[in-house]
Amino acid sequence: MTDIPAAVELSGVHKWYGDYHALRDVTLSVASGEKIVVCGPSGSGKSTMIRCVNRLEAHQRGHIRVAGVELTGDPKTIDATRREVGMVFQSFNLFPHLTILENCTLAQTWAKKVPQKAAQETAMRYLERVRIPEQASKYPGQLSGGQQQRVAIARSLCMDPKVMLFDEPTSALDAEMVKEVLDIMVELAAEGMTMICVTHEMGFARQAADRVVFMDAGQILEVAPPAEFFAAPRHERTRQFLAQVLH
Amino acid sequence: MSTQAVPPSVAQAFLRTETLTAEPPPPRPRLDLVKALFGDLATSLATLLIAALVILALPKLLSWGVVNAVWSGEGAACTGVGACWAFLRDKHPQILFGIYPPEEQWRPMLVVAIFLGLSLWSLSPRHWTRVTLAAWVIGTAAVLVLMGGGLFGLEEVSTSDWGGLPITLLLTVSSLGLGFPLAVVLALARQSDLPVPRMIAVALIEIVRGLPLLSILYVAAIMLPIMLPEGVTIDKLLRALVALTVFSAAYLAEVLRGGLQAIPPGQAEAARALGLSWLQTTRLVVLPQAIAKVIPPLTNTVVVIVKNTSLVLVVGLFDLLSSGRAALADPAWPGPYAETYLFIALIYFAICFSVSRYAAWLERRAAFGVRR
Repeated sequence: MTDIPAAVELSGVHKWYGDYHALRDVTLSVASGEKIVVCGPSGSGKSTMIRCVNRLEAHQRGHIRVAGVELTGDPKTIDATRREVGMVFQSFNLFPHLTILENCTLAQTWAKKVPQKAAQETAMRYLERVRIPEQASKYPGQLSGGQQQRVAIARSLCMDPKVMLFDEPTSALDAEMVKEVLDIMVELAAEGMTMICVTHEMGFARQAADRVVFMDAGQILEVAPPAEFFAAPRHERTRQFLAQVLH
Repeated sequence: MSTQAVPPSVAQAFLRTETLTAEPPPPRPRLDLVKALFGDLATSLATLLIAALVILALPKLLSWGVVNAVWSGEGAACTGVGACWAFLRDKHPQILFGIYPPEEQWRPMLVVAIFLGLSLWSLSPRHWTRVTLAAWVIGTAAVLVLMGGGLFGLEEVSTSDWGGLPITLLLTVSSLGLGFPLAVVLALARQSDLPVPRMIAVALIEIVRGLPLLSILYVAAIMLPIMLPEGVTIDKLLRALVALTVFSAAYLAEVLRGGLQAIPPGQAEAARALGLSWLQTTRLVVLPQAIAKVIPPLTNTVVVIVKNTSLVLVVGLFDLLSSGRAALADPAWPGPYAETYLFIALIYFAICFSVSRYAAWLERRAAFGVRR
């Protein structure tokens, strides 16, 4: 083993919503540059798990370390961690009252104190990467879902994150727009970004993932490289799930 | 019979070979005035009824307001047949500025000009900057110095001699300018997970909303001086001002809370996930959207607040309305109530109508490029 800390490390993580035991002894170590796809039926705790990684949800037992720094209730650690961890949501969550460019510069200028001009240059660079620089002065409401999600990815990348979390990024998209978002994610993966993606896009898992994590009822049931995971799933529940998803 | 169960047009496959180009829509039907006024029996009756009312009322109104009106002269000239506009010509300084010393009335005039100028400057959202905020603070300080005097060789004028439009404007500016930030704090506290701020906010809002404004003003004006230790006095105007500000804040807070609840939690989550602090998230992401969502009810509350300021007359302050009433008390004139109230109503209407047109413009602007 090397001394380089894992990009993200969860060990023995438990979380309850009231009486409901949402995460049960979740342990997962994600190496720097690794691509993880998390799948499983709805309500299995996939989103809860990645939302714990940037502490949008607080875990109640166990440890979560991001780049070696343990997430506790300390607000300073949380804000610092969030600047290192980008997140893309199912519902895009662009700020509708700001233009595309402003969406991409807001956190840079306020959380990182980057000067306005430099922030705009960074924003335009990433908007070009997601292939929508020409929409910079529009408002989110004027863009299609696929375009909005690509902006959301650019907005996260502007903060220069070490880890990117994707929470079902294509689930709210029309079928025609799924590919334009997945293409960006595949490119990002190829560039060596550390990614944890909750998604039902098994094609993406095959193409880009280093490991696939299968969750059910708040637990990790199986972790395997995609070739193995799809060809020879070992857990009974995984086989049932894949039979439903791959037709 | 059964050989042709499906019509051939449905059964046939179809493939379009050419693409249709977009055509302009058919012309809009023009408004037919005759049809609009006399389209059916009910419409015709309504038209005739309204026409009859206008024909009956208009000549009387004209004869009172124009033909038989007295435009100039002394009180004796007003016989009561026509409107006594001469009263307004003679008394408008007193209605507008109350019992403020007449030779010093350039000061309240300047005060009105300062408020008007600041308001006009602040209309454009491009001017919503720290500089504008500073201008309001400095402007309001200048207003207080101008009205009160005692500095820079200005003759001292006690707040009990202040009156008219400057009082109305000062109360409005304070209820909105101080009440709105307080309302934001109250609305956020009420939404908060922290129990103590939430309870304080709920208690304050519910108590203030449960009491009539008049009783709050009475408490501020009459009870407070009794409760204060001996030797401590707080200016009556200041007391009314605080009462109005707190009252306005409670109502504005509830309107804002509606806006806050309408913002999807994903907005704050996305902002926090980007590393923005709670304060930055609230200020830059949540509040701008929440306020934009509640512009119509906010306008409603603002207009009510403007008119609420006239209630300070019950505690002996001379706002625009009570100055008008005071002017009417002059025995040299036959008491032209209608004329005076029309004049005052016109000023209130000008303020409130401007507010509501401005809000409508803001609302359209806050559509953020989305056609509604």
